[in-house]
Amino acid sequence: MSTQYPALVVVVPLLSAFLISAAGWANKRLCFPIAVVALAISTYSCFGLLVRVLNEGVVVYRWAGWDPPWGIAYYVDHLNALVLTVVAVVSLINLVATKKSIDEEFPDKLGPFYSLYVLMVTGCLGIVATGDAFNLYVLLEISALTGYGLLAMGSKGRAPLSTLNYLYMGTIGACFYLLGIGYLYIVTGSLNMVDIAGILPSLYQSKAVMAAFIICMVGVWLKMALFPLHAWLPNAYTYAPSAASSLIAPLATKVMIYVMIRLILTVFTPEFAFTTLSVSNAVVWLAVIAIVVGAVLALQERSLKKMLTYVIVAEVGYMVGGAWLGNSAGMTGAILHIVNDALMTLCVFLAVGNIVYKAKGHCFEDLQGLFRKMPFTMGGFVIGALSIIGVPPTCGFFSKWYLISGAIKAGQYHFMAALLFSSLVCVVLFFRIIEIGYYEPFSEEHGHGHGHHQEPSMEEAPLSMVVPLLIVAAGLVVVGLYTGDIVEHIIRFAIPKGLA
Amino acid sequence: MTDFAQLVVAKYNYWIYITLMMIGLYAIISKNNLVKKILGMNIFQTAIILFYVSIGAKKGATIPILEHGHGPAHGAGSHVVHAADYMNPLPHVLMLTAIVVGVATLGVALALALKVYRHYHTLEEDEILAQIRKK
Repeated sequence: MSTQYPALVVVVPLLSAFLISAAGWANKRLCFPIAVVALAISTYSCFGLLVRVLNEGVVVYRWAGWDPPWGIAYYVDHLNALVLTVVAVVSLINLVATKKSIDEEFPDKLGPFYSLYVLMVTGCLGIVATGDAFNLYVLLEISALTGYGLLAMGSKGRAPLSTLNYLYMGTIGACFYLLGIGYLYIVTGSLNMVDIAGILPSLYQSKAVMAAFIICMVGVWLKMALFPLHAWLPNAYTYAPSAASSLIAPLATKVMIYVMIRLILTVFTPEFAFTTLSVSNAVVWLAVIAIVVGAVLALQERSLKKMLTYVIVAEVGYMVGGAWLGNSAGMTGAILHIVNDALMTLCVFLAVGNIVYKAKGHCFEDLQGLFRKMPFTMGGFVIGALSIIGVPPTCGFFSKWYLISGAIKAGQYHFMAALLFSSLVCVVLFFRIIEIGYYEPFSEEHGHGHGHHQEPSMEEAPLSMVVPLLIVAAGLVVVGLYTGDIVEHIIRFAIPKGLA
Repeated sequence: MTDFAQLVVAKYNYWIYITLMMIGLYAIISKNNLVKKILGMNIFQTAIILFYVSIGAKKGATIPILEHGHGPAHGAGSHVVHAADYMNPLPHVLMLTAIVVGVATLGVALALALKVYRHYHTLEEDEILAQIRKK
């Protein structure tokens, strides 16, 4: 059983998609339980895999018994195992948390919605688990195509239009990745990542290898919405249904950052990426611009959800910059931030989902008086916000700490300045929300002078939506407190020894 | 012949795929009609499929099927298989998957365009943006 974990992680949700579509015809109420069971098995396998990796080191799974490099093999090491676990946990929690809002928004489309949901998760898990470069492309498209389907189910008109824009950009990004892999195939004759890594070192001076690396990187940056390739992200996520945006916002960009780190660390070597190709300074500058622009654009938004999408653009800059600092502290920060950012994005988007469910909107005007009406949701939101700002003991503080110490070690002080600047902007962003939610509306009591000032009654979202949110919020603190262990036992082994 | 022209002729397959890719990219960026943009995207994908197909081909090579069968009954060892005599089937097989992905992407894109059309009653991007701005 435990030897089959790498297969179960991907196969169970994949097959459940067919079952869910069939159940959608027969009995709609079966869709949700099937999805929950499938993702629970997948999550359990991820944890099992993580434990195995911690005990035994790299787990290699040969699909259908074919030996690599001819067959497709899954290589699960400390880096994948950690990201796999996060992806599975995030998708499972989001599935449970958003059941009510899905029931309300798409009562007659439950079958299609849940099958797209599990297929999207299958794609993300597969991208993280696979050790084959072409297989990664196929899974990339699986998660992207299902993601388009989910995002387009939002508001009529705007959602399909912005999803279409996402589709052009996403397809170009995936095609660039495919093209880069084609160049690698021409020079190495292999598609297996470990095999390619073994052949490449003698070819590092070749122009084709450099072109392959840069084309792959541009493709991946497009898919992760690194500024200036971010234009598709804000609208696509804003107009999506809450259940889809709280699934895709934490996962899609973070999984692509994992792909970037995997390409740098495994397929190419850090020496090639950071030394042979002297582009790392330029990339760190790009990340700095992404962080600053993301923060400034977030500041001018008057809608909570759209503001958060620009915060994601800034967070992508954190991770790209951290990975390209070229030292182990920066890389540790980037990997840790994949975990933390997935959890805190999930936390704030779940809170937005609850607000939209009750207040029917996500503009700043809809947030007035929400601390009275929805104290638990707003409590969860505040913890998520503190984590994004980077207040200890929430986890956001620790990854930022690693990123900043990496920046100081590398002498990239502009990156440190950008991190601090965006933290300050986040303070403004989130305290503005808290102010509106806590103190407004104040005009009614003073302006009109009515004798009775009525306390607005509590209208909290249903328990099934609030409890998962609070679990995630507690998780932010727990992950923060155990950061030392995560770095010591997992991330330390994910980073090659050569990285200073 | 100049050096540049020689470079173009010797590597004509790469020039063709780059030209097609740029045509596709141009359509995605500059066309106003959503369906034209989608077609541009499809040309872009097809360019990469052609690139892969062309790298598997070899001059004077045949399809990768061994005619003389295998096993001792047919006298194994009498024929030596030279890789240069056969085309590389792997990039072609990979492209079967990529074609399927391309078809699926095209389908999703057209479905989205249909949804956009049903809501705004036009496929011209400037008219749609004008409608959005009016609200």
